[in-house]
Amino acid sequence: MTAAATVSGIGRPRLGKALPSALWALLLLTPAFVSLASVSFYPIINGLYLSLTNTSLITQENEFSGFANYVQLWGDAQFWNAWWHTMWFTAASTILETVIGLGMALILCEAFKGRGLVRAAMLVPWAMPTVVTSKMFGWLFDGQNGIINYILLHAGLIDQKVNWYGSPDTAMTTIIIADVWKTTPFMALLLLTGLQTVPNSLIEAARMDGAKGWITFWYIRLPLLMPTLLIAGLFRALDAFRVFDLVYVLTGGGPADSTETLSTLSYKVLFSTLQFGYGSAVSTAMFVTEGIIALAFCLYLIRQIRRAQ
Amino acid sequence: MNDTRSPLQTIAIYLGALLILVWSGGPFIWQFSTSFQLDKALTSGSPSLIPAPFTLEHYYNAFIEKQLHRYVWNSLVVSLATTFLCLFVGSLAAFALSRLNVKGRFGILMVILSVSMFPQIALVGPLYLVATNLGLLDTYTALIITYLALGLPLVTWVLFGYFETLPREIDEAARMDGVSVPGLLWHIILPMSLPSLVTTGLLAFITAWNEFLFALAFTSNIDRQTIPVGIANFTNLYYVPWGDIAAASAVVTVPLIVLVLFFQRHIIEGLTQGGIKE
Repeated sequence: MTAAATVSGIGRPRLGKALPSALWALLLLTPAFVSLASVSFYPIINGLYLSLTNTSLITQENEFSGFANYVQLWGDAQFWNAWWHTMWFTAASTILETVIGLGMALILCEAFKGRGLVRAAMLVPWAMPTVVTSKMFGWLFDGQNGIINYILLHAGLIDQKVNWYGSPDTAMTTIIIADVWKTTPFMALLLLTGLQTVPNSLIEAARMDGAKGWITFWYIRLPLLMPTLLIAGLFRALDAFRVFDLVYVLTGGGPADSTETLSTLSYKVLFSTLQFGYGSAVSTAMFVTEGIIALAFCLYLIRQIRRAQ
Repeated sequence: MNDTRSPLQTIAIYLGALLILVWSGGPFIWQFSTSFQLDKALTSGSPSLIPAPFTLEHYYNAFIEKQLHRYVWNSLVVSLATTFLCLFVGSLAAFALSRLNVKGRFGILMVILSVSMFPQIALVGPLYLVATNLGLLDTYTALIITYLALGLPLVTWVLFGYFETLPREIDEAARMDGVSVPGLLWHIILPMSLPSLVTTGLLAFITAWNEFLFALAFTSNIDRQTIPVGIANFTNLYYVPWGDIAAASAVVTVPLIVLVLFFQRHIIEGLTQGGIKE
């Protein structure tokens, strides 16, 4: 402490007009602060306010209306429809991506020829724009000429062409498959770095004692990987909850609202009906739901870590 | 560990690796092949991976009819501007948090990280109203300002992590020599952080290049629309032009994939450090 003080004491006379370090810190943090405050915090607060008004760009009204929007929201079947779809999409895609990602990570953990190539290829789905992924799956799962129907038909797994995203029964599944395709490899790479921190000596020792592969996995690797797994799962769930591009481009929320999620519903209320008051209530409700998911996850995480100690 | 593996395990591992390879590369290879096939071949009912006959018709359509190059230009302008701004603002913040005596810096970092978890749909409405009032609809400015804030949390977080790995003795030596605070950042820390700057820059670029929601809301014509909006609107009156879409997909994705493969090691390291901090 004293050494540092002396050091800056020596430095200072030569830069007589230099600002003290605390002022510099403030100055350097200001641009980032202004950017985040104006583009992230302000809209959230403004959205909260808008959700309490009857703002509409069509009628040009913007009067305070209390909780009227939220009362309407509570009884809005379309909102709850989208809410359940979003929850289902989030749960299904997060679980599938974590489990399959873990499987991939376990394979990548082993030494084999061409490992670098496989790891590199895994970044392809992640780097591709989501809109392109969406269109690509539109073509892969096309009801008429899609290659997936062709393969499944010739493998005898289906006896007639499936209208994947054109039918309310299978549309959501198709979107989940597309999301799992895009995100799983990246999840695997994250989990791989977690797996690599598990000391090899532990696993070797277990093998010496005659433990089979799955026992070392279940009792050594998995418990040590748990924190990474949960945090990666949390980030993934929060991201999946916001799904927009994939749905908007592939199905637009249809057919028959069977893939409508909170983001697409919110976007339609905002930009098709131009009801900014009600639309803000939808997005605020979404923000609250996301906050609850994050909180629940964090509480669970803390409990897990405490138990481990 | 190779010697302890049974032949069966080895086969299982190679099979798994092959599956991952097909999973990751397969769909895009098919999309790429599609872009060189005639519509007639695509709808014939017997798909083939090798384009026969080979055609550039879809690329012609994408560029001449759909004016793809104009979307590419808009995306380039917006993404490059975003990248440089993100690196500039992000490195200032990361430097202050890592090198200067900031109280509660981990609190600040957590707030910055949690901002990136805000649902973007909750931001787009109010920002649209601001952009309307300031006359910024259909401008590059509106997109760049928005993307700066979207990319900033990750850039700051990753750069902070990198700066933390640089030894503190450098700072003290520099101060002894009378180097000022901005001098320390500009002449010493940044040149040492070049690999990390390249990776974070690439991450910021990809964020901006791929962003769809804000571009959809803030732009309404081809003079300012970016690639994702352009491709989302790629439809013909009576049928979906899968071949043209595949061609456009290839044009916008191949350069990205090349960049990512080139920097893959750094990307994985950078993101791991940003995504999961243990």
